[in-house]
Amino acid sequence: MKSHVIVFPGSNCDRDVAVAIKNISGHQPQMVWHKETSIDKSDLIVVPGGFSYGDYLRCGAMASTSPIMQDVVKKAKEGVPVMGICNGFQILIESGLLDGALMRNSSLSFICRDILIKPKNQSSVFTKKTQVAKMPIAHNEGNFFVTSEQLKKIRDNDQIAFQYCDENGNVSEHSNPNGSLENIAGILNENKNVLGMMPHPERAAELAHGCEDGKTIFESILN
Amino acid sequence: MLAKIYITLKKDVLDPQGSVIANSLKSLGFNNIEDVRQGKYIEIKLDSENEESANKQINEMCEKLLANLVIEDYKVEIN
Repeated sequence: MKSHVIVFPGSNCDRDVAVAIKNISGHQPQMVWHKETSIDKSDLIVVPGGFSYGDYLRCGAMASTSPIMQDVVKKAKEGVPVMGICNGFQILIESGLLDGALMRNSSLSFICRDILIKPKNQSSVFTKKTQVAKMPIAHNEGNFFVTSEQLKKIRDNDQIAFQYCDENGNVSEHSNPNGSLENIAGILNENKNVLGMMPHPERAAELAHGCEDGKTIFESILN
Repeated sequence: MLAKIYITLKKDVLDPQGSVIANSLKSLGFNNIEDVRQGKYIEIKLDSENEESANKQINEMCEKLLANLVIEDYKVEIN
């Protein structure tokens, strides 16, 4: 098991992800600075959360042009599992690996609180072990949008990874924290080896966090 | 050459910031506000042989980085 965590200027969840991966898999992931141009053979590449490049222009836009991203895109196309969390999701969208856009939250406020999600696609390498799960979101731009043609495509191809829901697993407007289309909290690429999600599973991955539901996502990929 | 680039959300994309600005303007007494759309304005100085090649290059920049074509439209003026 070899995993890699990409570090950009302004990443702030890189070490949290590394701790979660170490605790769950027993292996220490390798941190990769964004100026590097290639990643060794990997079983999982994580693009972590934070505020890469201070969110200049659009969240994730600057980071998507960093040297390392060319190899992340190449590895993703070769089938290596790639996971983007929060700002990492924004970066994967800006690099063209995932469809859609993440717009400002409909409330126009930064939201930092626990939410519930459940997998829509229940067979992907990332989602197969998760039921209704609690974990935090912490973002200003998590309002997922796609054109109606793209929405049809991701629906038909079972690319919706997670949706915001209530404790009974109901997906409703009430359980939607940020205005995302169809309560979408995370999506997959066509081949289902790239996941982008706004909630932070690495912040709900040990007892001290108050909740361990996020572990299921890492367990699903790492074991 | 100076390129002026205006980036705005597409017409069918909700612009919550624009709506809040519209409400604030109305509360200041500007009662004839019909709609407000907020966007970005970028100036780029570049060395280019002619307007046509500058225009081509700026459009490429918009498509590759400056605008997100899923949600945004852009307009370019070159002088």
